[in-house]
Amino acid sequence: MAKSVIHTQGLTRKFGDFVAVNAITFDVQEGEIFGFLGANGAGKTTAMRILCGLLEPTSGQASVAGYDVYKQNEEIKKHIGYMSQKFSLYENLTVRENIQFFGGIYGLTRKELREKTDVLIERLGLNHEADKLVGSLPLGWKQKISFSVAILHRPKVVFLDEPTGGVDPITRRQFWDMIYEAAHEGITVFVTTHYMDEAEYCDRVSIMVDGTIAALDTPSGLKRQFNVNTMDEVFLQLARGAKRGE
Amino acid sequence: MSTVRVENITKTYEKGQVVALDNVSFEVKSGELFGLIGPDGAGKTSLFRILTTLLVPDAGKAEVAGLDVVKDLWEIRKLVGYMPGKFSLYQDLSIEENLNFFATVFNTTVEKNYYLIEEIYVQIEPFKHRLAGKLSGGMKQKLALCCALIHEPKVLFLDEPTTGVDPVSRKEFWDMLDRLKAKGITIVVSTPYMDEASRCDRIALIQKGKILELDTLEQIIERHAQNLYAVDADNRYGLMKDLRTNTEIVSAFAFGEVQHVTLPPQMSGESYLKNFLETKGHTGIKVKKVAPTIEDTFIKLMLENQ
Repeated sequence: MAKSVIHTQGLTRKFGDFVAVNAITFDVQEGEIFGFLGANGAGKTTAMRILCGLLEPTSGQASVAGYDVYKQNEEIKKHIGYMSQKFSLYENLTVRENIQFFGGIYGLTRKELREKTDVLIERLGLNHEADKLVGSLPLGWKQKISFSVAILHRPKVVFLDEPTGGVDPITRRQFWDMIYEAAHEGITVFVTTHYMDEAEYCDRVSIMVDGTIAALDTPSGLKRQFNVNTMDEVFLQLARGAKRGE
Repeated sequence: MSTVRVENITKTYEKGQVVALDNVSFEVKSGELFGLIGPDGAGKTSLFRILTTLLVPDAGKAEVAGLDVVKDLWEIRKLVGYMPGKFSLYQDLSIEENLNFFATVFNTTVEKNYYLIEEIYVQIEPFKHRLAGKLSGGMKQKLALCCALIHEPKVLFLDEPTTGVDPVSRKEFWDMLDRLKAKGITIVVSTPYMDEASRCDRIALIQKGKILELDTLEQIIERHAQNLYAVDADNRYGLMKDLRTNTEIVSAFAFGEVQHVTLPPQMSGESYLKNFLETKGHTGIKVKKVAPTIEDTFIKLMLENQ
């Protein structure tokens, strides 16, 4: 059986009386592309912050890359990658400087940094843009660079928080090609998205409703279970039942 | 009659280095729900800022409700409602205070135009004493729409109101727009979500400062017919890789659980693609001719304009 890279058991987080994440239990296997869906306010961000070692749970268990979220959150941070639409790169640093900055933070040596930076710039086809400020590049490029930077240190798992929002349809797909490549090389991908066609690209998908995991299966399994043809319809059926306003 | 008229508008930044809008022309009819569909960086926000008199174009002319966006800015500001892409209400005022503030600025009252916002406002009213900065994304969006409506505008400009919003809330938002349209308000709305194009009367597809196409959704798709196939096989990763190596194939992109493969016109794709994938050792091959969606069309136009 495949090894699980993320493991949660009854994971719960309360803010005062409000139960943001309510006893969620799931596992993500090594090399899997795991889609983490849910309506705004369903508790996705809170759950993700716990798994990234940024927020302590109220109760329950969770481990990421074998490290415990209560006691080893600093270890977790070293063994994961993270990117979101909001925070990706420093706009007033060049492409090369961003790669070296983040690589340095993730503990790469000078030699590794030099080599990896050149390889990465070459692979992204950014030879002409390497010394341009990131702020001057289109969003789609920024997101591709940002993803590459997030996996530069070969993390066990990379967390992607709505990585493709607002990106053009071609770049959005090129971005998913990169996700596939990473997963193929053994990096586990944990991704949130509001594009339901992207949910179809995931190996398995969970859908959060009101703090709980309302469904978890392969995309085809979910469509069978809800007797519909698209993930969009699966999502609508589940999220329409949500009690919790935002 | 046209409510918005844009003629050869050009806007550049950084001394002409960055072209945000490149000779753009279009009209929005009175009472229409008009969509500007395009990705981040297409020029949508610059266009909205010009039409709401917040930015002066380098060249060209634009009118809103028959008024010039440069000369008649004060008149236009009374007539339009604008919801910027970035949340721009007062974070340290409550829901109720923000709404009262905008009503007062426009010399009106919440009571007078309550009929326009009622349906939206009742959803956030239970939290009316909460500070705007403490609201969730969906609630901020509803408050911003109320504030943009409270002076009873003739034209509503909504810049990416649904970006980052989940599919259920997005559908509800478009339902709200339908009802505002029924009240006679002309609406110009931008979105990066191609599937929302079907909710508009007419759309403009915009990319890198240029309008690629403008018409009804159906007409645009029809004008750009494609010899398109949905292809699937057991090994999806391998399928994607193999399709990319075939030089006969015009383009291959993932669309949900299948790959959309475009072949040259006249080519009979079913047998060709099946044979090709069999020789590559694929199993569970499925090939089906399909009609293009607006996203297929947008991709085609992007490739043609590269």
